[in-house]
Parts: sequence; structure tokens; C-alpha cells
Amino acid sequence: MDISVFLQHCLTGISLGGAYALIAIGYTMVYGILRLINFAHGDIFMMAGYFMIFAIASFPWYIAIPIVLIATIILGVLIERVAYKPLRNAPRMSIMISAIGVSYLLQNLATYLFTALPRGYPTIPLLKKIFEIGPLSASLVTLITPVITLVLVYVLILLINHSKAGMAMRAVSKDFETAQLMGIRINQIISITFAVGSLLAAVGSILYFTDRMTVFPFSGALPGLKCFVAAVLGGIGSIPGAMLGGFVLGLGETALVAMGYSTFSDAFTFVLLILMLLIKPTGLFGEKVTDKV
Amino acid sequence: MKKKTALILVFAMILMVFAGCSSGTGDEEKVIKIGVFEPLTGENGGGGFQEVLGIRYANTVYPTVEINGETYTVELVEVDNKSDKTEAVTAAQSLMSQGVSVVIGSYGSGVSIAAGEIFAESQVPAIGASCTNPQVTDGNDYYYRVCFLDPFQGTVMANYAIQNGAKTAAVITQLGDDYSSGLGAFFVDAFNRLGGAGSVISQEQFQTNQTDFKAILTNVKAKNPDVIFAPSSITTAPLLIQQARELGITSPIMGGDTWENATIIENAGAHAEGIVLSTFFDEAEPATDEAASFITGFKEYLVENGQDEIIPAVSALGYDAYLTALEGIKAANSTEGPAIRDALAGVSLVGVTGAISFNEIGDANKDMAFIKTVENGAFKFLMTVSVE
Amino acid sequence: MMKMNKRTKLILTIALAVAVMLLLAYLDANRAQYSYGIAILQRSAIYAIVAVAMNMLTGFTGLFSLGQAGFMAIGAYTVAILTIPVEDRPSVYYINGIADALANASLPLWAALILGGLLAAFVGGLIGIPVLRLKSDYLAIATLGFSEIIRAVIAAPQLDRITNGSYGLKSIPNFGSIYDVFIIAFLCILVMILIINSSYGRAFKAIREDEVAAEAMGINLFKHKGMVFIISCFFTGVSGGLLAVFMRSIDSKTFQVMLTYDILLIVVLGGLGSITGSIIGSFLITAAREWLRFFDNPLIIAGFQIPLFRSGFRMVIFSLVLMAIVLYYRKGIMGSKEFSWDGLYRFIHRLLSRVRRKTPGKEANHHE
Repeated sequence: MDISVFLQHCLTGISLGGAYALIAIGYTMVYGILRLINFAHGDIFMMAGYFMIFAIASFPWYIAIPIVLIATIILGVLIERVAYKPLRNAPRMSIMISAIGVSYLLQNLATYLFTALPRGYPTIPLLKKIFEIGPLSASLVTLITPVITLVLVYVLILLINHSKAGMAMRAVSKDFETAQLMGIRINQIISITFAVGSLLAAVGSILYFTDRMTVFPFSGALPGLKCFVAAVLGGIGSIPGAMLGGFVLGLGETALVAMGYSTFSDAFTFVLLILMLLIKPTGLFGEKVTDKV
Repeated sequence: MKKKTALILVFAMILMVFAGCSSGTGDEEKVIKIGVFEPLTGENGGGGFQEVLGIRYANTVYPTVEINGETYTVELVEVDNKSDKTEAVTAAQSLMSQGVSVVIGSYGSGVSIAAGEIFAESQVPAIGASCTNPQVTDGNDYYYRVCFLDPFQGTVMANYAIQNGAKTAAVITQLGDDYSSGLGAFFVDAFNRLGGAGSVISQEQFQTNQTDFKAILTNVKAKNPDVIFAPSSITTAPLLIQQARELGITSPIMGGDTWENATIIENAGAHAEGIVLSTFFDEAEPATDEAASFITGFKEYLVENGQDEIIPAVSALGYDAYLTALEGIKAANSTEGPAIRDALAGVSLVGVTGAISFNEIGDANKDMAFIKTVENGAFKFLMTVSVE
Repeated sequence: MMKMNKRTKLILTIALAVAVMLLLAYLDANRAQYSYGIAILQRSAIYAIVAVAMNMLTGFTGLFSLGQAGFMAIGAYTVAILTIPVEDRPSVYYINGIADALANASLPLWAALILGGLLAAFVGGLIGIPVLRLKSDYLAIATLGFSEIIRAVIAAPQLDRITNGSYGLKSIPNFGSIYDVFIIAFLCILVMILIINSSYGRAFKAIREDEVAAEAMGINLFKHKGMVFIISCFFTGVSGGLLAVFMRSIDSKTFQVMLTYDILLIVVLGGLGSITGSIIGSFLITAAREWLRFFDNPLIIAGFQIPLFRSGFRMVIFSLVLMAIVLYYRKGIMGSKEFSWDGLYRFIHRLLSRVRRKTPGKEANHHE
């Protein structure tokens, strides 16, 4: 394999990894606080894609993007309020089933509202500009995806470490009940968590779909699952871990396809998961949590 | 309270099971039912809908059929097979229970193969409109089809590529999809046969629902083929085309019959320019009188239904399948499945997509495909290719 | 509350069994007319096996596995490959041919089903044993992932000569009679009931309630978890095999995650921890999927088209109903209770007394 092909593959992998990382953070934050695999997260990401299509039909892109971000945040928080909040004291399994139910509902709703036909994702001219560096060729979005990811993760970590809400978030994820006793308004913190997760999913969605150009009702399903794996890989609850996991998956998958094993590119994700769970169940950056009796 | 709900639900369930079975009475002497077995949702929902439109339109043009001197009204019974084999089986059973005499469909070969055994067991003949996989009719006495087959289509595309000076080709197919993998395999055979062994220099596969093709395309780019053949569904095709162009691949990209769909141009935009595909029908070149009247009438029908004014080939095939069904019923002079099947074997008519008659397997004797390209945001007829 | 004596219950049970058999015989005799109804019942019975198997794992032991589709695929492919008539095989494997070792390998349906189940159980053991040591969320995601791996392996071009890769398998011979599915389903579920009511079953429930306490009581956690997982996989594989025969043609796309979700929703609707609930759930959901089809067709009343009715509406309704169950009716139809004649009797009794209270004048009619 000559060097330009190799570099081209690297570019693809890093860009894919960046989008994965943004989605994975949503999983890891929700899991950290509620111990819930938010199966609907991938579908929130898909809905953000549809929001963009409709927003751009009536607004220029610089107004459409904020609209999409806000709409996605509302959707994410709404899902939490309607489907997860009533089950706060229910067995964990019930919430998980509820999450699967929401995912099922969003996919069916999208099929119903927007048909199963793929919809073209609007082109944001700025992002789609194609660059040619020697034999390499990529659109701007491919190049800036990892940059945006890194910046957002940095800001997020700052917020979590230094803002009041961020500290409350950490407290809730450490010990749900004690945090409540200390006067932290749990519901508010959970809503903020979902809002941040959905916001990042919306950004990820813009970057991912600008690069791939089509949205259909199931476009969130597989990326969703993979990003959860990315979150587990990095150590669930850890934001830098989720980011790293996203990049590992993106690069690994691309490498497999590049070597001609595309059949197993999806399988790779899950083999990695199982291996990781066997070797180090807490993930790369996860903390050891002991079960309380 | 709980038990009460449970019992009501159980009761409802029993009712549901039998609700579907209790039909079949009424004024049967004047109505003949034709089943429409098509996907309206799922992966092929879009294409299936276009085919259904063609069938519905045919039904408005020819709403009755003469059997034994009596006029029967044709009633279409539509079911959605959801592009899913599991659903297809019950959808097919539901058609059988409703006492249809003939079935038309389906878009997508997989569901047709799945349902074929049920049609044969219930002795109801089926007429495939656009299912091109050989397995649909092979070994099934009750399945006919009005379109050409994948081996033919693969050969046509290989021929076209070679005639246009291609020496090497790359083939990209979808794993787990019999249409894509089958057509790809037939193309590989034909291209290697015509251009010498080893002319296909790269074969790549992608997963169902995959949306990122950059990695496989980078591999293809490295091999620098003269032409890329990528038969795929209309969901994946625009992605593949766009990503190829963005990576700087300039080789012509070719596909199969599914690509003749406005969605591709809509989604791939300017990148769709220059793609090549084979299809069953061209509205600019009405081959028959039936075609001429179909084109004007169906365009109005499309507008009434809020669709684009471009006639999809599958709609034309749906129309032809309906005509063939009527012809078979007329020839059989009966509403009974076995009689219609026997009559279909000898049917010969002129439809929108050309003359239709069947060989001993049940496939239409079609030896002509239309090659089209995309130019200035619209499909443009290039040439017809016949093999043998 | 009044109780029925044992003899009455026995008579009722026998009467019910006879009624079911008569119904089946009637359907069989009028097969052409009722083929749709028969198909729905058969599919329900097949789903009932896998639903009970999943419930044994999720509802009774508290292990959340989402790998059903994958294990069903193993069973389905085993049965399909071994039962497709030898003379039809060249036309099924029309692109790449069949592996020599399999070209003439053929088994009767029952043997193929057992082999399919055993293979699924073996593969289940391979995956389950390492992952069962982990917390249950991880089991869910690992099994979900594993079922995707199985699907990818089945579709892999490297296995074309065994599984026919992307092209799927067809020409799988049908059941000998319509009774076969129901008899097999009955036997499978009976075995699972016996296991659940044995001392092993009690250990499973103890694990579900509290792992630490169960271990303290001397229950070997790992052994029991592994056992229930493998048993569940076996029956999931058998039901996959039945599904293959029912569908007559299969490919890897049949066994997507959606299939697992469908089964999960059956189990949830029926009630986690209730076998009869799972059985009722599978008949109900399978029937409802078909019955709700009318939502997908445009509805025109008096020349006015009702706006919501169009393609896809059925699945939206379906998912809304399921969300409602999860949120407001968490126990499902049966909760963790089982069906019993006493329960039914009490239920009817209550219903009657309520009716009597509402319409006192008509009281006499109920006693005629």
C-alpha cells in the first residue's frame, strides 16, 4: 500500500472517529449518571439530521444550525422527561426496555413522517469545499471534524470540572442518593446531561451527515450501537475515554475495510467490546466501581 | 383488574386472528381480485411505491376483464411486505386468504423468493414486475416475470463497458443482498469473459446500512480501474457516488436497474452526472403504441399523486405486469389459479416495455436493455443493447 | 374466595386442550381459506418458544440478553442447510456451489432442529461464559454485538459454499402437517416449565432477587447463570430452526436486531417472569401486527380522507402502545403470575358481580 493511500485511509478513519466520539460522549454521560444505556441516542442523532433538512429549507445555514441544535436538545430532554423520568425508581431493566422502546418509536416515526426513502442532506457550501493536498483529496468537513471534536471535548471537560452544574453532575454520578440529600436538584442535573449529550449528538450529526449526504430512518441505529461500544471501550463515564474510544473505533474499522475485510468491520466493533470486557471491564479510563450490597 | 385486561386482550387477539379469515363472501361472481405484493416501507419502500403507482394506474385504465362473456371488475388487494422476508411470508399468506386470483410483485427479489413458495403452494400464479434475480422463477412453476434477468443485465453492462474502451473494472457489492451480490457476480463473470481473465481488478463489499464508503473507495482508487460497477439500492447509491467523486475518483460509475430513480439525482446532485445504468424502459423512445398512450396518461397520474413527472421504469413494469395478468385471465377464461398459470405460459402481448412472452422457466423473453446516463440533472437515453 | 376442586380444573384443562385440537383440525380441514390465520398462529407458536426462552433468562434469572436474533440464525441456518432436498441444492447454491462435505448431508427435521439447538447452545456457551462474569448491562450489549457478528459471519463471502452468503437459502421443505409446529412448541415450553419449577428454577429466581444473597446461600452463581444461558440459547436455536421452515427461505437480513426487539417486546408485554404471559404476548403481538395493517391504508369515510392513515402508521401505533405499556403498565399482562383456573374463576366472578350491580334487572339472565 503506498503512502498516499495510507494517508487517505488515516484521514477517513480520524474523521469517522471524530463523529463517533461526539456521539459516544452522550452515551457515556448518561450512563455515568443514570446507569442507563440510552438506546435512543443514535436515533436522536438521526432526527437531528432530519431537523437540518427542514431547517435549511426555510433559513440560511447560519440560522439553520442553531435551530437544529436547539431542536435536538429539546428532543433529548423531552425523551428523558417522558420516557425515563417516570421510571426513576423502577428496576434498571425497565428503563433499559423503555430506552429500546423510544428507539423503536423514533425509527418508526421517522419512517412514517419522512418515508423510508433516503433524503438528501443539505450542502453547507463552506464545509463541502474540496481540498486537494498532493494525491490526497478530502472535503473541509473531513478535515475539521477531528478539530471540532477536540475543541468541544476540551470545553466540556472545563465545564464539568469548573462550573457548578458540572460539579453537581460529578456528584450525581458518584452517588445518586447522597447527591440528592446534599440538595442537588437531581432532575435538573439529569436534564442538563441529556441536553449536553443531545447537543453534541447534533453537532456530530451535522459533521457526519455533511460528509455522507443522506439521512434515512435507520441511519442512527448502527452508529448508535458502535458509539456505545466506543464509550465502553474508553471506560464508561469518562469523557476523554469516550473520545479515545471513538477514534479507536473509527480508525480500526477503516483499517479493516482498507485491508479488504469489510465483511467483518461491524463485527470488529463488537469483538473489540468483548475482548475489552474480558481484559479490563472498566475500560481504558474507567474507575473501578464496587457493587454495594 | 389486571386479569380483566388480560382476558379482554386475549379475546381481542382471538378476534384478530379470525378477522382476517372471515372475508371471502359477497358478490364474488362479478369481482376478480389481483393481489399487489409490494414493499411500501423499509429499504425498498420508495421503489415499491413507484411500482404500485404503475399498477394502480393500469387498474384505472383497464378496470374490468371479460371472463366467459361476463364482465368482472378487477379489485386490487395491496399488501406491504416491508422489504422484509419475515413480513413477506405473512403478507403473502394474507393475500392468499383474501382469495386473489393472481399476484403482481414484488420490487426486490428477496421478498419475491420468500413468497414464491407460498404462492406455488396455494396454486396462485404470480407475475414479478421488476425482480431480476434468477432464483425468483427458477424451480417455481407459478412465478412469471415481465423484466429481464440479472445474468442478462450483468452481461449488458459488461458489454457496454468493454465497447466503451474499458480494460479494467472494479465491482462493489452489498453483503447480504442477493440483488447486489448476484448482479455483481454476473458482471464479474461477463467482464472477465469478454475482457480476459483478471480484468476485474478489485472486488469490494460493504455492509447493509453502511453509509461510509470512503475506505473501500480508497482501495478502489488505488487500483485505478477504467470503470466501477456498483449495483446497489437507491439508499446507498447516492452516498457511494458522491463519496467516490469527493475522493477524486473519475472513472465512470455504473449500476443496475434500481438506479433509474429520481432520488439518486436529487441526493447525489452534480456528482450524479455521468453515471451509467441499464433499465427496462425509456419514455423518450416509446417502443409501442401502448407506450405512447401510457406515457401521456401516466404523467398526468403522477402529477395527480404529487410525484415528479419522470416515469420510473418500475412503474412501466408494474403496468405491464398488470396487463399480463389481465391477458392471462382472459386467455384462461377462469378465475382459478392453475388455469391462469397454464394460460400465462402461452400469453403474448405488447406492453409498454416491449413484447412480452414467457420461456419455459417463466421469464419474459427480453433481449434488450436501455442504457441511460445522467446529464444536466436528468436521465438521458444513451443506447439500447441486446445480447445474442 | 371460593376455590375450584381439582377435578373441575382437570376437566377444564382437558376441555381446553380438546377445544384447541378441534380448532386446529378445523383450520387444517379448511386450509386454503384460513392459510393466513394458520400462518399467524404458527408464527406465534414459534415466537412463543423464543419468548419463553428469553423470559427464562430475563424474567426468571435477571440476565438481560439481546442476542436472540443471532442464536436464532444459527438454528435456522443449521436446519435449512440440512433439510433442503439434496436434488435442489445446486439450484439454491447457484453462484458458488455447495461445499462437498455438505452436498449430501441431510437430516430429518427433528434431528436438524435438535442439532440447530445444540449448536446455538454451544456458541452461546462460548460467548456467555466469559461475559456472564460481568454486570448485566454489559451482557446486553455484548450479546447484541455478538448477534451482529453471527450475522456478518453468515453473510461473509468466505462462507459462500456453506451458508450461501449474500444469496440466502431457499427451497426449505415445509412442515409435514400444521400440527408439527404446535407440538414442538408445546414440548419445548413444557421442558422449560419443568426446569423453571425445579430446584434449578428456584436458584435462578434467587439470583434474580439478589445475587449476593444467593451466593451466600450456597448457589454457585457462575454455574447457574451459565446453565440458564445455555438452555435459553438451545431453545432459541430450535425456534430459529422452526422459523426457517416456516419461512421457507432465509437470509442473513432476517436476523437483524429488530427481531430481538420484537421478542423483547413480547416478553415485556406478557410480563417479565410469567411463562403464560410470554405465550399470550406472542400470540397477541403477532396477531396485532397483522390486524393493525389497516392503519397503513388510506381511510376514506364519506369521501373525506382521514389524514393520518398512510403507510407506516401501523408501526407508529404499535410502538406507542408498547411505550405506554412500559411506562404505565410495567408489569405487562400477567405480571409475574401464571394463568390458573382459580384466577380466571375469580376474574369472571368479579366481572359478573360488577355487571349484576350495574344492571340489577338482568340478573336472572346470567343464571339461566
